[in-house]
Amino acid sequence: MALTRITSPHAHAKQSTSQVMLWVALATLPGVAAMTLAFGWGTITNIVLAIAFGTALEALAMALRKRPPGFYLKDYSALVTALLLGIALPPYSAWWIILLGMFFAIIIAKQLYGGMGYNPFNPAMVGYVVLLISFPVEMTRWAAPLPLLGEVQAPGLLQSFGIAIGGSTFPIVDGFTMATPLDLVRQNSALMISDLKEEYAQFGSWGGTGWEWANGGFLIGGLLLLYKRIYTWHAPLGMLFSLALLSAIFYDGGSSASAGSPLLHLFSGATMLGAWFIVTDPVSSAVSNRGRLLFGLGAGALVFIIRKWGNYPDAVAFAVLLMNFIAPLLDHYTQPRTYGHT
Amino acid sequence: MAEYRELTVNGLWKNNPALVQLLGLCPLLGVTNSVVNAIGLGLATIFVLVASNSCVSLIRNVTPDEIRLPAFVMIIAAAVTCTELLMQAFAFQLYVILGIFLPLITTNCVILGRADGYARKNPLPAAAYDGLIMGIGFAIVLVLLGAARELLGTGGIFANMDLLFGPTASGWHWVVNENYPQFLLAVLPPGAFILTGLLIALKNVIDGRVEKMQAAKQAPIEHGSKRVRVTGTIS
Repeated sequence: MALTRITSPHAHAKQSTSQVMLWVALATLPGVAAMTLAFGWGTITNIVLAIAFGTALEALAMALRKRPPGFYLKDYSALVTALLLGIALPPYSAWWIILLGMFFAIIIAKQLYGGMGYNPFNPAMVGYVVLLISFPVEMTRWAAPLPLLGEVQAPGLLQSFGIAIGGSTFPIVDGFTMATPLDLVRQNSALMISDLKEEYAQFGSWGGTGWEWANGGFLIGGLLLLYKRIYTWHAPLGMLFSLALLSAIFYDGGSSASAGSPLLHLFSGATMLGAWFIVTDPVSSAVSNRGRLLFGLGAGALVFIIRKWGNYPDAVAFAVLLMNFIAPLLDHYTQPRTYGHT
Repeated sequence: MAEYRELTVNGLWKNNPALVQLLGLCPLLGVTNSVVNAIGLGLATIFVLVASNSCVSLIRNVTPDEIRLPAFVMIIAAAVTCTELLMQAFAFQLYVILGIFLPLITTNCVILGRADGYARKNPLPAAAYDGLIMGIGFAIVLVLLGAARELLGTGGIFANMDLLFGPTASGWHWVVNENYPQFLLAVLPPGAFILTGLLIALKNVIDGRVEKMQAAKQAPIEHGSKRVRVTGTIS
């Protein structure tokens, strides 16, 4: 009788990496659609260019590392990285900004550390932070929400590609960019939240015109992934919980010293994208469920701290990178007990 | 002569203070955001290294082992103070730009490392030569980093060279692209870390290639050898 020794794990997940990545890509669609409705075609041009550059750079890196590019491109991790960076960048970003961001994401943050599964930092967020500290002007110029444009005509799809490929730094007519709600809260520390809402139309109902749609879209996508068991609830809900808790504590009814209501924080900026698509990165976050919960809680707290007291209006990228640093530490202290051991 | 050749190879390549020993990283990362800063700090470091190595070597037979480190530090600090005063006199603006990094040369581990590791055991000429060549090895890396960061960060190179070389050098500034958007990352400290890492990687790649080529050249098979070959390729 042949006794084959089979070691654990005995139960196999049916999902392969490429399936997981495709589901993640699919789940961004509601958010992307909402962003396109809110801010025009700029998000689409960002994503298309980012995917083109990301695929090319991944293939190039694989060829240089003497591995079959086709095989590694099929895990679609480069596609998801490109998608996330394209969403995070301000709409209508110039091609060279996207190329540089993808270079740092794919080559520096991912391949130099050993490729898929070895990167200690979230590649898309590395690319974003590199761009944010290098080109503060270009990176903080966000397109105005379409409903507030008035007479200004938003560019069509082809024209948007023209803007992106033209690469000019000032392609957009006056009045086409506007400060985001989080910007406004930062810059007007003398105004009460209610004054701000009266004075600036950008504030919409809870999260800011356009922003609440986009965040709602990403929330829907995230819930889909949760339902499909692509990831567990620990990291995303942890992040949303600590962000909501801190902003509620510091809201104090909307005085000029507050940083905006919890709803504003939850539905503005990159909150939902970060919670459902960034902190859930299986590679660069913690491994155990408890670790993931702590990872999410820490990321949410950092987001609020940087938004309120930091130098930048939004903070998801910085928060996630800082938490990536301590993910190994979280893993060390949250190691689950092995069955049968005390 | 062989010793001097070994010193040269060690200082410039095999044991380069910046790329292999990873000493003196503080100024290496702190001031290499332009070529002129890098050259200024490089020259200052070379000067201090030669002076401190020479002095340490001269007093090597009268310094008790127990108090050698304080003595070396005093010598280095004196050399650094001289450098500072010289720079204040002849390149004042550069002195202002380099700021705290000039007095910090005192704590540069390359200098104490060479004093303790080489100069206190060797005669004056060898010690002075070691200081010179180690300093040059360090300065070359400084200038390479400075050039890369200035070019990537500002789109031009050799700006403000008149701070060091007099008014004639103000025309040396070469702008590659007028419309280059400032790439701040290269000028800020993270860029220094990333580029230093890439330089070290480049050196390791070159070393690996050279080793491979040498191994391919050798691989001798002795005539009548009975041992199974475990190296080389099977054809």
